[in-house]
Amino acid sequence: MKVTDPRTSVIAQRLKRIRRIIAVSSGKGGVGKSLIATTLALSLARGGCKVGLLDLDFTSPSTHLILGAKDAQPTEDKGLIPPKVEGLEYMSLIYYSGDEAAPLRGADTSNALIELLAVTLWGDLDFLIIDSPPGIGDAMLDLVRLVPRIEFLIVTTPSQLAFETVKKQIRLLQELKIPIVGIVENMKMTKGKMVQEQTQSLGVKFLTEIPYDSAVEAAIGSPDKLLATEIAKKVQILAKRV
Amino acid sequence: MPHAPENPAICLISPGRFCFFMHEWALAEAVIKTATEIAEKECLKQVTEVTIKLGELQQIERPIFRFALAQIKPDNFKDTKFRISTAKTTLKCRVCTTNWTYDKKKVDKATAEAIHFIPEVAHTYIKCPKCGSPDFEITQGRGVWLESIKGAR
Repeated sequence: MKVTDPRTSVIAQRLKRIRRIIAVSSGKGGVGKSLIATTLALSLARGGCKVGLLDLDFTSPSTHLILGAKDAQPTEDKGLIPPKVEGLEYMSLIYYSGDEAAPLRGADTSNALIELLAVTLWGDLDFLIIDSPPGIGDAMLDLVRLVPRIEFLIVTTPSQLAFETVKKQIRLLQELKIPIVGIVENMKMTKGKMVQEQTQSLGVKFLTEIPYDSAVEAAIGSPDKLLATEIAKKVQILAKRV
Repeated sequence: MPHAPENPAICLISPGRFCFFMHEWALAEAVIKTATEIAEKECLKQVTEVTIKLGELQQIERPIFRFALAQIKPDNFKDTKFRISTAKTTLKCRVCTTNWTYDKKKVDKATAEAIHFIPEVAHTYIKCPKCGSPDFEITQGRGVWLESIKGAR
């Protein structure tokens, strides 16, 4: 027989107690995925759902900064149990890489992702929100390959540069028959309808537009402040639509 | 980090460690599940031998891992011999092509523990001994591999 990596065989089992698994993703970086993923997870949790948040953006993790997660650590009990942070079951590579850079190539990213999915023991959750790294590379392909029932919520900005890449991502996911929850247009500063119209022509639901909000920077690290921002009010509407 | 053990007797497997709770259990589960799937595919009614390779980098506690295998194994693994070997970890720098061997004595306890959980964080803590680059390949000895299974049809 061929030498086999046994870890992938248990991933479905690890995720079977989760009702919905939503990867917040974008073909382009810098569009606000982490902020939307974290705010969405917090909004769902404050609305009474059991929610997990998994940060898979290994090379530039930021959900721990948005949450202000400081002293929490996973515990071991036949695997790794995510700590509770702001009511979320929260898991990130940051627990092991600390504040140092994690310079990972594609194969390493895949291995770390598989390891985390194979050894993390999530509880009974209504939602697992995944903060995905940008692009349509290893992480997205691994999520499609390994995570049963994965759905994608795609974030773009009004910029054509972001949306052109997002369109490619949408077409790829559609070809792979992976459910797309919808598109969020983030950092909206004008009244243009380009993204909304083109999203609908692609057969994908346009979920909401979120205005650019300079106040959000002051709310980083403070979930209560974050949930009071204009962005969070829009995301709370989004949470009802997913 | 670990909880206090519920069953102190289990700690005798590896004195001083809260072994019942270790994440080796999760990896042992993965091995048994994969071996079970292969046995079903190959129509093996009894599995007589499973060969596993553990990469030195992840520093799996072998007694705990073996204990977990024994606890998890299903009926058709009743008399299975688990042959477990350890592979030395070799690293190759992508910048200057230097090859070197991972030496756990050169990393502190906290770093070793981080690597134990997610071996890829080695790229955070380990650098090429010649040029100092973190851009290296783990050419051998990363984690857990299932090498072969034998059984009776």
